[in-house]
Amino acid sequence: MIEFENVAYSYGGAELFSQVSLTLAAGSFHFLTGPSGAGKTTLLKLCYGALQATAGNVHLFGDDAATMDRDAVALSRRRIGVVHQDCQFLDHLSVTDNIALPLTVSGRDAEAVGNLDDLIGWVGLRGQAAQLPPQLSGGERQRAALARAVIMSPDVIVADEPTGNVDWEMSQRLLTLLIELNRMGKTVIIATHDMNLIRTAKSQVSTRVLRLKDRRLMQAGVEL
Amino acid sequence: MKIDLGRLFDLIAGDPQADRAVPPTGFTARLTLFTAGSMAFLAVFAMALSLATGRLADRWSAELARTSTLRISAPADQADAQLRAAITVLETTPGVAAARPLTKDEQRALLAPWFGPDLPIEDLPIPQLIEIIEEGDGYDPTGLRARLQAEVPGAVLDDHSRWRKPLVAAANRLRALGWLAIILIASSTGAMITLAAQAALAANAQVIRVMRLVGARDIYIAGAFVRRFTLRALTGAAIGTLAGMFAIWLLPSTDVAGGFLTGLGFQGLHWLWPLTIPPLAATVAFAATRAAALRTLKEQS
Repeated sequence: MIEFENVAYSYGGAELFSQVSLTLAAGSFHFLTGPSGAGKTTLLKLCYGALQATAGNVHLFGDDAATMDRDAVALSRRRIGVVHQDCQFLDHLSVTDNIALPLTVSGRDAEAVGNLDDLIGWVGLRGQAAQLPPQLSGGERQRAALARAVIMSPDVIVADEPTGNVDWEMSQRLLTLLIELNRMGKTVIIATHDMNLIRTAKSQVSTRVLRLKDRRLMQAGVEL
Repeated sequence: MKIDLGRLFDLIAGDPQADRAVPPTGFTARLTLFTAGSMAFLAVFAMALSLATGRLADRWSAELARTSTLRISAPADQADAQLRAAITVLETTPGVAAARPLTKDEQRALLAPWFGPDLPIEDLPIPQLIEIIEEGDGYDPTGLRARLQAEVPGAVLDDHSRWRKPLVAAANRLRALGWLAIILIASSTGAMITLAAQAALAANAQVIRVMRLVGARDIYIAGAFVRRFTLRALTGAAIGTLAGMFAIWLLPSTDVAGGFLTGLGFQGLHWLWPLTIPPLAATVAFAATRAAALRTLKEQS
């Protein structure tokens, strides 16, 4: 699905990380941890083509991200559902329209009206469907962002601190949704500080925990 | 930039879903409407000026080219003899259809703007004027001058070329300036709409980020802005054009007041020309916004 080969990323002359090699295989479940500023969000952005590696190679679905034009990146993003910590909605559109936005931009809105209603029910937002994003609570926003991320039935789900602004109960509910998606065969990578979330997940699904520290990516203390 | 008319028509047909993704922006909407309306209003006048001066150039060219004047300045005792000799020469000159001495009243009317209507023309040594009407390809002015010099020593032939050429040149220059004004108006419209589109794109940076996040291609994002600005320009230009045509229609007609300025209107089928301004403004807006949007999106990627 997504493959990193000796990837480095520098910003303003400062190296954020380097020599990162990673494979996100189909159906795998990854956690990405590390201290603030270690580059977790940057690494996730490399996963969905929002940034270009300054060294090494990133392959998105077999294509070299460095040689992909903007249209190709846009098309690859339709196979990657992204959940941001701050959700990133269009505040003038209803929750339903925001969740349907990936369908709208890909010209697939008509065929999926039924699925859209099911999906809104799945994330428990039927009662908020007509509301605007600013009217939602933190947990509702995260669930709406997750619904938007999966509406295109993407191959990969990238979540950046999806439980950062929600309480324990809501974070467990979001995790359950992500584990359900993984059981459907989706690849999941979640950046988080929440070790309890990781422990809960490990008890339910096979996960791989990655840690970004000192400019290197490690797994269980082993540099990758 | 090549204009894709098919894409332009698709754009006007619209994609309501895409349109809703971009929130309405009051300031740029009003700016675009006002700019397109004002520029269309000015374009109507520039077009009227250009078409009117074109007609004027054609008329001067045609009218002055078909006539000329012979002026006879002779002592009083030779005036009649020289007039008769001149008429004889002219009547036998190929290319001359008619030659007619102006009457005293006609000569008085010509001098009236300078000396008033009561000039005692009979008591003054005023040269006699003969109006020459040409036919076919006209006469040979060099040959006629040579014959007149031999037979009518006091005659001076004025074939109007020294008047006609600068007048026609001036009218043609005015016509060209009119079209140049239209080109400048179109360019200014494009520039203003580009600025408005860039302002709208900058104000909607978050919208663009979100649309990109969910897989929108640049052309899709640009389309939402382009459609909006094209329709605004079309609407504004239509209002400005109709206002301009109404203002031109209100100008005094030539029949009422006479003179050069009162001819600055549209005549006959020329009234259809201003109707091309709104679609042209829409095309300019389409091209300007599309270029600005794609450039901005490239810079933001």
